[in-house]
Amino acid sequence: MALLDVQGLSVSFRTNDGIVNAVNDVSLSVEAGHTLAIVGESGSGKSQMAFAMLGLLARNGYATGSVRFDGAEILNAPPKVMNTIRAAQIAMVFQDPMTSLNPYMRVSDQMAEVLVHHKGLSHADAVQEAVRMLDAVKIPEAKARIRYHPHEFSGGMRQRVMIAMSLLCKPKLLIADEPTTALDVTVQAQIMSLFGDLQKEFGMAVILITHDLGVVAGFCEEVLVLYGGQVMEQGPTDPIFYDPSHPYTRGLLKAIPRVDQGDLELKTIPGSPPNMMMAPKGCPFEPRCDFSGEDCTQALSPLTEFAPGRLRACNRMVEELA
Amino acid sequence: MLNYIIKRLAIAVPTLLVLIIISFLLMHAAPGGPFTSERAVPPEVLANLEAKYGLNEPLYKQIATYVYNVVFHFDFGPSFVYKDRTVNEIIAQGFPITLKYGAIAFVLAVLIGVTLGVFAAIYHNSWLDYLAVGVSIGAQVLPNFVMAPILVLIFTLWLGWLPGGGWQGGQWQFLVMPVIALATSYMASIARITRSSMLEVLNSNHIRTATAKGLPTHTVILRHALKPAMLPVISYLGPTFVSMITGSVVIDMYFSTGGIGLWFVNSALNRDYSVMMGITILIGVLTISFNLLVDLLYAWIDPRIRY
Amino acid sequence: MRIEHEKLDGLADRMVEAEVKGRSPWADARKRFAHNKAAMAGLIVLILVGCFAAFGNLIAQYPNDFTDFTIMGRAAELGQPSFANGHYFGTDDSGRDLFARVVQGTQISLMVGVVGAAIAVIVGTLYGATAGYVGGRVDNIMMRIVDILMAIPYMFVLILLLVIFGRSIGMLFVGIGLLSWLDMSRIVRGQTLSLKNKEFIEAAQATGVSSFRIILRHIVPNLLGVVAVYATLLVPLMILTESFISFLGLGVQNPNTSWGKLIAEGASTMQYGTLWQLAFPLFFFVITLFAFFFVGDGLRDALDPKDR
Repeated sequence: MALLDVQGLSVSFRTNDGIVNAVNDVSLSVEAGHTLAIVGESGSGKSQMAFAMLGLLARNGYATGSVRFDGAEILNAPPKVMNTIRAAQIAMVFQDPMTSLNPYMRVSDQMAEVLVHHKGLSHADAVQEAVRMLDAVKIPEAKARIRYHPHEFSGGMRQRVMIAMSLLCKPKLLIADEPTTALDVTVQAQIMSLFGDLQKEFGMAVILITHDLGVVAGFCEEVLVLYGGQVMEQGPTDPIFYDPSHPYTRGLLKAIPRVDQGDLELKTIPGSPPNMMMAPKGCPFEPRCDFSGEDCTQALSPLTEFAPGRLRACNRMVEELA
Repeated sequence: MLNYIIKRLAIAVPTLLVLIIISFLLMHAAPGGPFTSERAVPPEVLANLEAKYGLNEPLYKQIATYVYNVVFHFDFGPSFVYKDRTVNEIIAQGFPITLKYGAIAFVLAVLIGVTLGVFAAIYHNSWLDYLAVGVSIGAQVLPNFVMAPILVLIFTLWLGWLPGGGWQGGQWQFLVMPVIALATSYMASIARITRSSMLEVLNSNHIRTATAKGLPTHTVILRHALKPAMLPVISYLGPTFVSMITGSVVIDMYFSTGGIGLWFVNSALNRDYSVMMGITILIGVLTISFNLLVDLLYAWIDPRIRY
Repeated sequence: MRIEHEKLDGLADRMVEAEVKGRSPWADARKRFAHNKAAMAGLIVLILVGCFAAFGNLIAQYPNDFTDFTIMGRAAELGQPSFANGHYFGTDDSGRDLFARVVQGTQISLMVGVVGAAIAVIVGTLYGATAGYVGGRVDNIMMRIVDILMAIPYMFVLILLLVIFGRSIGMLFVGIGLLSWLDMSRIVRGQTLSLKNKEFIEAAQATGVSSFRIILRHIVPNLLGVVAVYATLLVPLMILTESFISFLGLGVQNPNTSWGKLIAEGASTMQYGTLWQLAFPLFFFVITLFAFFFVGDGLRDALDPKDR
């Protein structure tokens, strides 16, 4: 049995201009200790998907479908149940460490309260434990720095604090929502390698949400490519990298600069992601797709398995994408 | 933190001096005042003034004397109208009254306003929220001088429950209407500010983090949301304080409570400039000290502005 | 009561952005405003109150200074509102027609509100735009002065001014206006600081346009949105201030009148059973303040739809 099993998850928001569907019918599963990447441009619904799993949607959002964790249904579970799972079983690292940490509280208090609440430790013991975790994420002089407020840390250090905080209860699943987006490139690499080390050390499953396919290679076993709230392609990492089956995935891969091939021209996918306020009837990628036809504006063929373990949603056959 | 306090004080002191000098010059320029050549004041008062300010000294010396007396002795000099009373005596008589009902009104406005605002935000779009919004919109067109007659109409003339005015040493019957009349519109403003800032904080990223930690809702609100949500309320406390003191003038007039507001208006009508100035400066001092306190409170909550 | 500054922050910025993107922020705003029911209702009320002030005298059966001696002192029995004797709103205690008095009070209160707000807005905008545009030490000193003036209990100083320089309506206008520009100048300064770095200002500087002309021609027009919203919200505050002072008997003097003075008179006689003397002026006072607030809020939402 998979650690996390998501079936037909959809997320919608009630707005003044009607209902907006941010995520449509996504299914995925993560085995214990494995890593899944959810890849997509900003606004593709990938963060909302993660929020929905943990019951963190904004007030006007709601989710349908099924999310089973360790065999138990947790989607839309009452707050009491969710609070035993959050941080203790499933922890989350957020995108922007500047605003995601409480700017008015010392790091020590923010970290300690997790252990006090979930493990029943005393405040002093919890701080001790938190210092050990800051050491584990390689924050120098953790014992002194834990007394700081978040604004006294640099961006990279803040994200390390955030990661340390999420690992305090040794969760079985860590959801990392664009953990490196707000950081400098050199710091990004450090954080990603830290993630790899920690995953081995703690043996947890990871869902990595990112817009950067370059981060995915070498870190994740499975990839799910999301566009306009729809799954475009899903399957093991290597085949997707070497043999992408979807026009959108191809575009994403071309957009990664490859210095090793002497190709210094930066390629982009022309156009911009769809406005979810006016979601298209057919394939959301149709306006930007090189292979689109009349049929693509009308309907998108459902996600189907075209090779063992590999799924794609496209009206064109793989062979047609020359 | 110490630096911050010093910086704030460095603004407060000149402000006070400017206030004192402006009021003195205004008084000096007043037509028909004791400093003009007409000197239409009783001879006894003139003698008092002469002794206090040296009316024939050059202007800058007079200012210096006045500032010296105010700053070092907190002495505002003699009244221009009452032969045997000093401004200090008049303030000592009226100020405790104003302080009593004013402090009660202030505390009530903040407590009720904040509570109402917090619950309205937590139960966003519920009947409680609509009630709070309705009350706060309604109350902004009910300033103290509108509230006061309406309260008297209801509680004194129609129901006959409360006396229509007086003080009687500040027994509760005499306190109820002044406090309500003074507090209502500020309570409403505070509720409104609290509600909107709480809503904003509840939507912020760090509250999502707190929720993702598995903390119960009340812990998230009390420990993580309340402090930042209070920041706009705290910056509104300074203006509230000033407006309430200003409003006390209406309360003192309408309910005959006998606070400094009454003395201020009476001296305005009698052209008793020294009393007016004394009260204005006193209120300036209170305002500046209170603002300083508010700034410190703000800095204590928000660690990012301490430096 | 207060104007919520936070909601005005960055308004000018976002309007310029919208314009750069080729949308007309004012045309968009007009559409959104027309869809805002509360704001439209407020606007209609304001128009009606304005008509009342402008044309009320044509309907009034008595001049506002006419004293009916048969009613004087017996207002409770004889001075009730009545269509038969032409006193639509009844009379006051001295037998004057309350309808005509309310018309006069409305004229004066609205005038004090609008003129006071206009003085505050003009002084505040020029001061704030200058401080923000010139920047550096000048800005520092100018804003420090504002800080100092902010800490002065201005209602007391205003009363002091009125007592010393005489209680004329002119003094009231100037006093209220001159003491209310401080907030405006702070808001305008903040928005000017962010406008200053926009390309079109730099372009004007590069072509050698003088600072004064840049402020007047390029900065101020882009601040119009903020100024319009702030002014709409400032008018009711000015009316409140005037009413407060007149309620105390320190503002408008006989034979002139204003809402505050009429409310004070009505409040002082209500125990004799002449409640209409309080009710009519209070009604006009309350609906007008409401209307201004709704229009001001609606205007802000219309100009800055993102911020709600």
